[in-house]
Amino acid sequence: MESIEFIIGSYLLTFGAIAVVAARMLRRARSLSHRVPDEEKYWL
Amino acid sequence: MSTPPGIVATARMIAARDLRIEWRARVVMNQVIPFAAVTMVLFAFAVDDTGALGRLAPGLVWLTVMFSLLLCAQRAFAIESADGALEALRVAGVDPVGIFLGKAAALAVQLLALAVVMVLAALILYDLDPPAGGVVLLVTSAICATCALAATGTIYAGLAAGVSGRETLLPLLVVPVVSPVLIGATRAVEAALGTGGTAVADGWPWVGLLAVVAVASAVVGALTFGSAIRD
Amino acid sequence: MTTPTTPRSTGTRATRVIGTAAIVMSAWLTLFGLVLSPADVAQGDAVRIMYVHVPSVWLAYLAFIVTAICSVWVLVARGRVPGVDRVAGASAEIGVVFMAVTLVSGMLWGRITWGVYWQWDARLTTTALLFITYIGYLAVRGLDGSPEQRARRSAVVGVVAVAEIPLVHWSVRLWRSLHQEATVLDTDLDVDIDGLMLFTLFVGVIAFTLWFVWFVLHRARVMALAALVEERSLDEALAERAAEVPAGGQN
Repeated sequence: MESIEFIIGSYLLTFGAIAVVAARMLRRARSLSHRVPDEEKYWL
Repeated sequence: MSTPPGIVATARMIAARDLRIEWRARVVMNQVIPFAAVTMVLFAFAVDDTGALGRLAPGLVWLTVMFSLLLCAQRAFAIESADGALEALRVAGVDPVGIFLGKAAALAVQLLALAVVMVLAALILYDLDPPAGGVVLLVTSAICATCALAATGTIYAGLAAGVSGRETLLPLLVVPVVSPVLIGATRAVEAALGTGGTAVADGWPWVGLLAVVAVASAVVGALTFGSAIRD
Repeated sequence: MTTPTTPRSTGTRATRVIGTAAIVMSAWLTLFGLVLSPADVAQGDAVRIMYVHVPSVWLAYLAFIVTAICSVWVLVARGRVPGVDRVAGASAEIGVVFMAVTLVSGMLWGRITWGVYWQWDARLTTTALLFITYIGYLAVRGLDGSPEQRARRSAVVGVVAVAEIPLVHWSVRLWRSLHQEATVLDTDLDVDIDGLMLFTLFVGVIAFTLWFVWFVLHRARVMALAALVEERSLDEALAERAAEVPAGGQN
């Protein structure tokens, strides 16, 4: 495969961005959820 | 209690008031125009090639007008929030569409004056030799472009009025949205001044673009301005 | 107040199902995109970047359209729909992330196919300007003010931003078409698509749409949590203050 580093790089970048954003968001969700009682969480 | 005036009357009243304030304070004339002029001089240092300066002149003129728009739009709402005038108008039940059109019109007049001075400055400083037939195109495109700039500037300056951090936010909001105006106005003036090697007639499609942008931003502004300035 | 069980976070069964499906589809996309699909006749292996590039640009535009629809809703309801406002904000955040990913993967593709990272193409330029516009939108969301005021302000920016898309695209196209220079770089994004390539692209679009739904659900709930926490700490501060000052006493 020619220019393989660019191709692999674009996949790593895309899925890496998804992973980083998801991990940060879930960590923030967990820390905030400790400070709110379950009955106020409308999605449960 | 008397009924509040209609949209056109409100707009005329607000525009006249803003222009009267400017006439007394002379902020645009004594501060913004000198700033714009020195920017034009600095462009000459940056480019340092008279031939290239002539070719770039239309773009430099409109970049300068865009920078000045940021200052003038900020100023247009600074005079409101200083003495709570905008709140007073809102409490009195004045139509926000009228306020928007009035403020945008006053801003457009100031920008148009500024654009005229900048074109004259470019003619002198950058040694241009415009074709005689380009005047109508030049004036029409400048009017459409300043209206579009003024409408966009008024939406965002009104939105950010009285909020801390607005000085840095306004350029970020305004600049990407006015990019079609910058493209259109630059190409139209290029044709009018004959700097890009294009005929005067090539400039007219760009005036169409500018007119569409002006109308679109005025319509969107009139529809949303009430929501933007309410507390 | 303490509860014996650990507090529930923003996950529900629906988000877990959607998240698992998104991961599976993404693995499938990687397998098809990198291994199973053929190289393109004109573009060669560079076409493999398209399988992540096209779905991410699709996701970004989908996100901005959702933001625009929610913004109109907020304006019509005069800012009194906090749930809709949160979806607008969550959607725009995801859109900005994927716009950035799109721009970079597009540049990598351009480097292989055109030989340059950047070309003043209408799509590319519009995308870059739009990216900046939505960074501005997120900045407006961060301004201070009452929740309703913030909702209305950001809704105005959401509407103006979406109205800008066709105007910017049209103006840049007109600019490029009148100023076309030597056509060394005439390879376009459009390719002759065979069955497996189309299928791979389709898998990508499904996977990224699932990611979008998953992100928006979670992010909107995180925003709701943050609002609740802010409200509670304000209430607690008021209660503390009320306890300090005896009833009817001066401060």
